[in-house]
Amino acid sequence: MKCRVCREPAVIDLRRHNANFCTDHFLRHCRQQVERVIKDFDMVRTDHRILVAVSGGKDSLALWDLLNELGYQVDGLYIGLGIDQYSDSSYRFVQEFVEQRSLHLIVVDLAETHGFGVSTASATTRRVPCSACGLSKRHVFDKAAVDGGYDAVVTGHNLDDEAAVLYGNVLRWQVGYLGRQRPVLEARAGFPRKVKPLIRLTERETAAYCVLRGIEYQVEECPMADGNRHLGFKEALNRLEEQSPGSKAEFYFGYLKRAIDRFEEPDDRDQLGPCSACGAPTDADVCAFCRLVLQATGTSISDRRPVALVSKPDIPASTGGPGSGHE
Amino acid sequence: MKVLLRNPSREIEIEVPISVVKLLRRLDLNRESVLVIGRGTLVPGDAVLDDDDEIEIRPVISGG
Repeated sequence: MKCRVCREPAVIDLRRHNANFCTDHFLRHCRQQVERVIKDFDMVRTDHRILVAVSGGKDSLALWDLLNELGYQVDGLYIGLGIDQYSDSSYRFVQEFVEQRSLHLIVVDLAETHGFGVSTASATTRRVPCSACGLSKRHVFDKAAVDGGYDAVVTGHNLDDEAAVLYGNVLRWQVGYLGRQRPVLEARAGFPRKVKPLIRLTERETAAYCVLRGIEYQVEECPMADGNRHLGFKEALNRLEEQSPGSKAEFYFGYLKRAIDRFEEPDDRDQLGPCSACGAPTDADVCAFCRLVLQATGTSISDRRPVALVSKPDIPASTGGPGSGHE
Repeated sequence: MKVLLRNPSREIEIEVPISVVKLLRRLDLNRESVLVIGRGTLVPGDAVLDDDDEIEIRPVISGG
């Protein structure tokens, strides 16, 4: 097997690109895919302050490394979710990554800041663990990004993630979710701008990127993800991909190109007001996250106080719209 | 030859020589869902494995 570019021995075959690559040209391929997505969707600029959500897994660490290599200013945010030893080992991978590259990491521990972890929240509220986890992560990331004055939050959602979510939303015709499944979600009051620069890379590619860059990451699956619906969707799509390489990309990018505009993005701005406990935007008196905290900790609303996660740094805010002046 | 599998971690013994593609087929693993790693790098599908090889088959799908 020879590299498509230099004809040296290849280390990976990418059947959807009908290509094999050596280490150097595979890493270049990954950088080019990310650069292309950032440009195509006007995601971020090099003078933006960016916050990356890091978990210790392959996608978020690959994303941080790629953006760092491409010259973007990226800080990381790690959330201690309180999933027993899994959270401890995930944090060690993030710490090692940050120390090797002298990057800035913000750490928010759910137990310290809010008095609960995902394991206990799931048990006490009888919520599906992934639901309590996702809700907590979204709340903390949104707040940290807004409080810290970041121009965008980047997340490690890859092509497999997006194709699996689309597959699930189509199966159930979740029209509201379909309208929101965009690579860029613009900022709204209380919500930061969110972008997904890895959507042209599969999970196999982000894992391969980490191996070839020497990035150690959490390989073991989260112990609470057992039975996760998306895992089943991903396996189903990979069976299709094996038979017909390129199916996942055609499904997802075909949707973005030809179908997404048929689904209106829900505009709930008029219905949102501040949560009476934490001030985050919500369509109820108390936001879903605060309701989870109250249930998980057995406290009452009078005990809830806004928590400052990140203080805004003393640097000038970047100017201009997204996309302009991209280097 | 010993092969390390993950999630959960365990070792299995495989008869060699065998190509990576044939090994994955024998283990009923989808090539899109795993990486084969040896000596700190990726092992391509057409590589033929021998007794002195030590490889890990690493799943790449995560619940996220």
